[in-house]
Amino acid sequence: MKAAVISFPGSNRERDIMMALERAGARPALVWHGDAEIADTDLIVVPGGFSYGDYLRCGAMAAHSPVMKAVNEKSARGTPVLGVCNGFQILIEAGLLPGALMRNASLRFVCRQVHLRVEDSQSVFTNAYEKGQVIRVPVAHGEGNYTADPDTLKKLEDRGLVAFRYVSPEGKTDPDANPNGSTDAIAGIFNDSKTVLGLMPHPEDATDPHAGGTDGLGMFKSLVNALH
Amino acid sequence: MKATVHVTLKPGVLDPQGTAIGHALSGLGFAGVNSVRMGKFLELDLAETDKAKAEAAVKAMCEKLLANTVIESYRVEIR
Repeated sequence: MKAAVISFPGSNRERDIMMALERAGARPALVWHGDAEIADTDLIVVPGGFSYGDYLRCGAMAAHSPVMKAVNEKSARGTPVLGVCNGFQILIEAGLLPGALMRNASLRFVCRQVHLRVEDSQSVFTNAYEKGQVIRVPVAHGEGNYTADPDTLKKLEDRGLVAFRYVSPEGKTDPDANPNGSTDAIAGIFNDSKTVLGLMPHPEDATDPHAGGTDGLGMFKSLVNALH
Repeated sequence: MKATVHVTLKPGVLDPQGTAIGHALSGLGFAGVNSVRMGKFLELDLAETDKAKAEAAVKAMCEKLLANTVIESYRVEIR
């Protein structure tokens, strides 16, 4: 499986994503934000970081960079797109996912391990997990407080487009387990066709036993399973 | 022409920064501040000389980039 990992000025998790993809058996390649085209690929990943210094709004500048036109086109033709952390913010600003990510309710940058409940295991991103499975991965962000208008939230729930929720280690939603105040404890969402996934936590940083666990590896194995 | 743009969170959207500033003000002894909403202020220097065209252009800029209309509203003034 070939994966294109987009790199913006200020991206800082692209190497982590590439290592995670390699661990799962994929062949990742870096693509610079100024490139207007993306070579033939099975997957596009928009990694985390602080693209363009988070100027204006997180992800707003990156969403309009040349490469995002190519991402939009490939996505429209069905190429799966994964956005992690700042990548999630960019996909929202680019209109590939609905809603908005606001300042954390605590007003603090939160960097810690969280537990996520897998809400759907039928996607290219999550097929190696069981529905309802609880995984432990880190978060590191200041603006991950997901919100959307009531109609969008209802649609996400009705169509099963919530991919992950912040939960306690026992798998229950709980305000103490929600690191940023996200509405309905939403940690990650799909687009209508489940070919785009955006999430604030970093599964790529839970793929090496020396880094505190390997629960995130399932996402990259899912992609390799589905797109090999 | 000059354009000024105010971008603010829509009414009803939680503004944790505004709330924190409000708490800080009451902590400093400023009584009677019922609420604080925080936003952004932008000044644009435009080549356009037609006021209506300038306003239309800046509104398009707000829709496309300057505001996130999911959570923010904007106000444009042309001088």
